[in-house]
Amino acid sequence: MSNVSVTKDAGRPEPAPSGLVVLDNVNKHFGALHVLQDIDLTIARGEVVVVIGPSGSGKSTLCRTINRLETVDSGHIAIDGKPLPAEGKELARLRADVGMVFQSFNLFAHKTVLDNVMLGQLKVRKTDKQQAEQKARALLDRVGVANQADKYPAQLSGGQQQRVAIARALAMDPKVMLFDEPTSALDPEMINEVLEVMQQLARDGMTMIVVTHEMGFARSAANRVVFMADGRIVEEATPDQFFSNPRSDRAKDFLSKILHH
Amino acid sequence: MPSRPDGTPLPSNEARARENVFDFLDQYDVWEAFWVTIQLTLYSAVGSLVWGTALAAMRVSPVPVMRAFGTLYINTVRNTPLTVIIVATSLGLYQTLGIELGGGTSKDISFKLAVLGLIAYHASFVCESLRSGINTVPVGQAEAARALGLGFFQVLTLIVLPQAFRSVVAPLANVLIALTKNTTVAAAIGVAEAALLMKEMVENESDVIFLVFAVFAFGFILLTLPAGLLLGWVSKRVAVKR
Repeated sequence: MSNVSVTKDAGRPEPAPSGLVVLDNVNKHFGALHVLQDIDLTIARGEVVVVIGPSGSGKSTLCRTINRLETVDSGHIAIDGKPLPAEGKELARLRADVGMVFQSFNLFAHKTVLDNVMLGQLKVRKTDKQQAEQKARALLDRVGVANQADKYPAQLSGGQQQRVAIARALAMDPKVMLFDEPTSALDPEMINEVLEVMQQLARDGMTMIVVTHEMGFARSAANRVVFMADGRIVEEATPDQFFSNPRSDRAKDFLSKILHH
Repeated sequence: MPSRPDGTPLPSNEARARENVFDFLDQYDVWEAFWVTIQLTLYSAVGSLVWGTALAAMRVSPVPVMRAFGTLYINTVRNTPLTVIIVATSLGLYQTLGIELGGGTSKDISFKLAVLGLIAYHASFVCESLRSGINTVPVGQAEAARALGLGFFQVLTLIVLPQAFRSVVAPLANVLIALTKNTTVAAAIGVAEAALLMKEMVENESDVIFLVFAVFAFGFILLTLPAGLLLGWVSKRVAVKR
C-alpha cells in the first residue's frame, strides 16, 4: 500500500509511468453505439480519480471494464502490470484484488451483514473463519455499522447498506477500489455518511476510481478529475483546474448546467 | 365361486349387509401399498431435485454444449408422456438392454426402474421451476459475487441458487404433489404401489367400487395435502426480503 496522501496540488496531474491501472486504446460498442472510444487512462498507486460526465457518456461502462464485468472490443487493460485475463480462474483471482461498489449496493440478500463481509474472505481468500469474522467486525466498525452485523441487508437503510458494501470490498484487501455511482441510489440525507467513508479511504491512501455526480467529493478528495462525454475522455485536470477553469466547451457546458441553477 | 386373493370366499350379499362397509379392506394390505407409494415419492423427489438442479445449472452455464444439452433434454423429456418413459425403462432398459440397476428380485428392479423414470421426467419440471427462480435473482447479485473473485460454480451455489430455491418453494411443491400422484404410473410396470392394489380391488370388490375409489383418493389427499400446506408455510418463511 502506498503512502501517497490526498492533496490538491496545483498544476497538471502527472500519472506515474507504471500505473496501477492502465487502459490503452480501449474501444467498446453496444450494438451501433460506440460507448467507449479510444480510451487511454493511467491511474497511479494511491491516486483518487473521479470520473464525471453526463449520463450516457460511458463512465459507468468504463468503470465496469476495469474488472471485466464488461468486456471490451479492442485495446488493453492492465492492473498492476498484468493484462486483464479472459474468463476463468485467472480473472477471478484478479477480480479479488479489485474492490467494487455498485450503485444498487448488491449486498447478498440471503446473508447477514456479517456473512456478506466474511464470504469473500472465506471462499476466495480461504481465510480461517475466526480471523475472517474478526476482520469483518473491524471493517464494519470502521464504516460505522458494527451494531447491524446480524441483520439482513433489507433491514438496513440505503446508506448503511452501501457502507456495508464498501466493507465487503475492503475485506479482500483490494489494490484498487472501483465506485460505480455509489451515492446515486441514496436518499439525500444518506449521501454524506457514504461520502465520509470514501473520504477517509482516500486519506488512507487507497487507489480509487470513482464514477459520481458528487462534485463536492470530486473537489475535496480527488487527485484528478476525468471528464467524459459521448464515450470519450474530453478533459483531465486537477479538481481546482477543472472546476474553476475548464478548457473544453463540452465541460464548460456541463458545469454550467450542474453548478448554476 | 368368486374368492379374494387369500382364498377366502366372498361373503354373500346378506352377510355383507351385516358387515361394516369398510370390512372388505381387511383382506388387502392398503398400508403396504401406500408405503411403496411413499417410498417411490421420496426417492424420486430427492433424485429429481438433484438432477433438476444439475440441469438448471447446465441451462445457465456459460458453456454452449451444456446449455444445448440442457435445452434438448428438457424439451424432449418434458413433452414425452410419463407412461411412455416408465414403460420404456422396463421394456427398453431392462428387458431389451439388460440394465438391472444393481439387480435384486424382479420386484426390486421394477421399483428402481420406476424411480429412474420418475426422476428423469420430474427433473425437467424441477429444472424449469428453478430456472424461473434464477431469473428472479437480480443480476447485480451475481455481479457482486463475481467482483469478489468467486468463480462460476461458487456464484451459482453460494449466491444464485440459494436465493432461487427460496423463491420457488411453492412451484416446487406443485411438482412434488404432481410427482406423488404420478407414482401411480409405476403400476404399468408392476410396482406394487397403491394404484396396482386399487386395480385389483376394483376387479374383486366391484360392488363397493366407489368406496374403493374413495379410499385411494383419500389416501393420496392424506399424502399431498399436508405436504402442500407445509411447503406453503416454508415458502413464506424462507422468502428473501429485498
